[in-house]
Amino acid sequence: MIRYALNRIALMIPTLLGIALITFVMIRIVPGDVVELKMRSDGGRVTQQQINDERTRLGLDKPLPEQFYLWMKGLVTFDFGHSMWTGRPVAQEIGGRIGLSIQVAIMAALVAVLIAVPLGTIAALFRDTPIDYLIRIITIAGLAVPSFWLGMIIILVLLTFFKWSPPVIYVSILEDPVKNLSQLIWPSLAVGYRYAAVVARMIRSSIIEVMQEDYIRTARAKGVGEFMVVFKHAMRNALLPAITIIGLEFAFLIGGLVVTEQVFNLNGIGRLFVDAVIRNDFILIQTIVFLLAIIFVSVNLIVDLIYGFLDPRTRM
Amino acid sequence: MAMLNRVLKNVVLFCRLQPLGALGLLIILVMATCAVFAEQVTFYNPEAVDFGAMLSGPSADHPFGTDSFGRDIFTRIVYGARTALTIGFLSSMIGCHIGAAIGIASAFHGGWIDLLLQRFIDIILSFPIVVLALVVVAVMGKTLVLGIDLNLVFAIAIPIIPRSCRVIRAATLSIRTQPYVDAARAGGYSTVYILLRYIAPNVIAPFLVLLTAYIAQAILLEASLSFLGLGVSEPKPAWGLMLAGDSANFYNEAPWMILFPGLAISLSVFAFNLFGDSLRDWLDPKYRN
Amino acid sequence: MAWDSRNETIHSMTRRTAMLLPALALGSHALAQGTGPSDKPQRGGTLSYAVTAEPPTYDLHQTATFAVMHRLSPHYSTLLAYEPGKYPNIIGDLAQSWTISPDLLTYTFKLHPNIKFHDGTALTAEDVRVSYERLRNPPKGVSSFRQPSFTQIKSIETPDALTIVFKMVKVDASIMDTFASPWNSIFSAEKLKADPSYPVKTVMGSGPFKFVEHVAGSHWVGERFNDYFKAGKPYLDGFRAITMTPSAMVNAMAGKQIMAEFRGFTPNERDRIVKALGPDAQTHESPWMLHMLMNFNCEKKPFDDPRVRRAISLALDRWGGSANLSKVSQLGAVGGLVRPGSKWAATEAEMVQWPGYGRDMAANRAEAKRLLKEAGYENLSFTLINRNQQPYITTGVFIIDQLRQIGVKVEDKQVEIAAWYSAQTSGNFEALLDSFTQFSDDPTNVLVKYISTDRAPDVAIQRAIDRELDSLFDRQAEMVDPAERKKLVRQFENRLLDQAYAIPILWWQRIVVMESRVQGWTMSPTHMIYQDLADIWLK
Repeated sequence: MIRYALNRIALMIPTLLGIALITFVMIRIVPGDVVELKMRSDGGRVTQQQINDERTRLGLDKPLPEQFYLWMKGLVTFDFGHSMWTGRPVAQEIGGRIGLSIQVAIMAALVAVLIAVPLGTIAALFRDTPIDYLIRIITIAGLAVPSFWLGMIIILVLLTFFKWSPPVIYVSILEDPVKNLSQLIWPSLAVGYRYAAVVARMIRSSIIEVMQEDYIRTARAKGVGEFMVVFKHAMRNALLPAITIIGLEFAFLIGGLVVTEQVFNLNGIGRLFVDAVIRNDFILIQTIVFLLAIIFVSVNLIVDLIYGFLDPRTRM
Repeated sequence: MAMLNRVLKNVVLFCRLQPLGALGLLIILVMATCAVFAEQVTFYNPEAVDFGAMLSGPSADHPFGTDSFGRDIFTRIVYGARTALTIGFLSSMIGCHIGAAIGIASAFHGGWIDLLLQRFIDIILSFPIVVLALVVVAVMGKTLVLGIDLNLVFAIAIPIIPRSCRVIRAATLSIRTQPYVDAARAGGYSTVYILLRYIAPNVIAPFLVLLTAYIAQAILLEASLSFLGLGVSEPKPAWGLMLAGDSANFYNEAPWMILFPGLAISLSVFAFNLFGDSLRDWLDPKYRN
Repeated sequence: MAWDSRNETIHSMTRRTAMLLPALALGSHALAQGTGPSDKPQRGGTLSYAVTAEPPTYDLHQTATFAVMHRLSPHYSTLLAYEPGKYPNIIGDLAQSWTISPDLLTYTFKLHPNIKFHDGTALTAEDVRVSYERLRNPPKGVSSFRQPSFTQIKSIETPDALTIVFKMVKVDASIMDTFASPWNSIFSAEKLKADPSYPVKTVMGSGPFKFVEHVAGSHWVGERFNDYFKAGKPYLDGFRAITMTPSAMVNAMAGKQIMAEFRGFTPNERDRIVKALGPDAQTHESPWMLHMLMNFNCEKKPFDDPRVRRAISLALDRWGGSANLSKVSQLGAVGGLVRPGSKWAATEAEMVQWPGYGRDMAANRAEAKRLLKEAGYENLSFTLINRNQQPYITTGVFIIDQLRQIGVKVEDKQVEIAAWYSAQTSGNFEALLDSFTQFSDDPTNVLVKYISTDRAPDVAIQRAIDRELDSLFDRQAEMVDPAERKKLVRQFENRLLDQAYAIPILWWQRIVVMESRVQGWTMSPTHMIYQDLADIWLK
């Protein structure tokens, strides 16, 4: 098992390096850079000389391989460089915001699992009945409704029917849990709906599959009650693929927050990313993209390890 | 004639066995018809500003109301369907085809090419879809051809490629190892022949399912990018754009400004998902009985 | 919120201190706010307000964005300043008094004694000199954003610790505005010597508030500087500037989570806040010193032909646009090249004579079509380079629709700012939507946007040469008599609008909304001044 884990971790390194390289190259094709935006926005008048000086200061005039080498060297020593827009360390920029995004992501995941497991199971047990159809419609709708629009609708409903809008100024959950939750529960719901739909569909189909396996038939033949069949035998095995999807979707959730954070004015990693893209803040963009990729790869690794732990066959 | 009969019979059978899928198909057809005949089903120019009708609510003149420029929202949604379906269809086609080509090549060749390609695909897969599309769109700017932003299409297609590649590769692999394919190879048949005779018919089903599913994804992605101000730009009618920027400021005065475009996005994605889902069930022999 | 409870106690405790304030300064502010003179400023409380963007730097010399001004202004002082409540009158800030030689070539300032920096060191004439040297001749690694406005200064001398003398090369009619500019903040000479870039990352000035903290993307906090050189000020205990998006700002204002925003709202945002706050809201409006304009590339077909340019200008229903777009966007008044409402502006009777400013749109459109036909461009279509933000987008939608009505097809190409600038410098555009802003109404400052491109290549991007226009520009710049100068400004406008190298579209409207208990703030046509918060107090 440990060898399997080490093997998997070793495999991550070339993947991460590839991710870094692709991100780096992709961003550097952009015409123009942060300097012009920084110096010329809002009517500032500058000379080409001033622009060139600022580029030199930020190291943008260095050859690309050297810039890449410097970035890699920094990554190894946990020095991610400085945002080209604000001049503050990237670690500080991200560190101040990632907590919020992770909280929303975790809350959305909780919401999703709480809804998805019963919904998926019921749909599978009542397969091809009106109940199944209804649940299918609800889950397919979950995949169809854009989470940012759902967010807008939530705000609209709160505003129209309750004359109340969620707080827009963030407080940490440790400082004021009520205020924190009254701000963050809404984006969690907006994002969690889609998440719940994905997981519920997965659970439905894996339960259907499991129910056709021989050991279920055996259990039934042995006279085990239907309730026990589902909860003791089928569920345990059906949850395995669901774990994969929960893991995969969790990483995507953070990506999906990019759009929804705008709606709720959340100062999270998604908002930071969109701002960085709009400002061509190369250093910040590459670090965030890399970070998200690392989260994705790590979550995948953890899922694989759990899988490997539960199902020894996959270790081969 | 016999051919037509067979198709018709299949359609009828599909509708009977997959009523939800048939519903999805119906919605898609209605939307596509509206998109094609947008000029005929609407009474306004989607870009025409009407100061006299700014922010007016749903009425006989403007069934879905008007926006802050007095533009008719129903008209903009119908023309928006044209934008969404064109970009969705093109992106999905491009993404799925490139992905399928890579997938088949990778599976058929095997060996180090397969290994290398799959590593590369792994890497691309580790970027969240929205993040990847966002970076690509920011990198490439705009290239308008016939009013369609090709770079936007491309940005949406890129995240589809690795996903399509994965599925098609798996489908190809399962066929490639069948004894009859080995026999054909041993019999000296050319690669092209084997691809067309054995591989193509067997990957066509998952490919069609992918194509429909990713049209839905692409519509959603286009809406998200336009919402962030990085997709389709004013004054072109696009659903995501109709929700962007100013419309959030009119929660009180003009809730229809955010209600209807969002419904349009949801309905179209819903329809494609529904249809794609049923298509998969229908084409999958395991579910067929 | 924290300030609520704190406000109560401090406010009663410090009322006595507030009464000791000089009555004169007090009265003028109170009047300017439209409240009775009996409303005496009260000390205490924390002002919370929103800023939509993050500051790219802390250094006022090296930036032009309000995102920096609205956070940093309370921390710094300037030599002169605009008088609160009496824009555009200029008074001393660090300077207690000053004399100007009759030939307008020597400016001598006497500083207030006992001015202290936040670190306790004294601010002297040397700090002013070094800061101005940094502005007009920045050291390596520093880029002074408004360097051209210092070119007429010959030398800066400090005969003693409280006296500073500016000698000029030539008369510069705008130099007093330069001394009063909120951007020309005074830094510590000693700290600059150690690190010429210290203001980029450190906040250390002599303004009414000391810097406490800045949490990126979240908030910026300042607290009262007890040794501020103006007795009794500031009134506030501190301020908290919160970063948020425009739509969140409206919700936050409506929910009383913040008290103000000083840049400007759109009319419907204003209405939403006012509706939510009722009598607890106050609003201020003024034409903004900022207007939208369309630049033609006069070197290239089809816009090398004045008839085509004039036709485009004729087709724009400016009055209709103003009346209606002002309901949904920050666009406002119809105006020429100088700010409507300023003392240089044309009257409506004068404006309607200009092509495209007449009230009869049917006639305007007919004339536009005739001109296009005459020039051989009946089926004209062109690409408009535009920026991808408001209110540029709104203006683009408006222009496209207006030109559609005379059969001209426009492709609105919205690009990022870098591409937008590169189109300007390379001349790779047919028409380009632009805006122009200055912090004073002085015609020289404003008309420079429209003179021949070879005279001002950085600003006048329409690629036209018109010596007649240039000569009018030079004549008004030297004209001391305001009435005569105004006439020359009119002639300049007439000539420009007739040739239409670049055409003004609409001016922006500044709409500021805040809670009524925020007192002592002054509205002005620019959002860059009156932001040091020294005079603000909470009722």
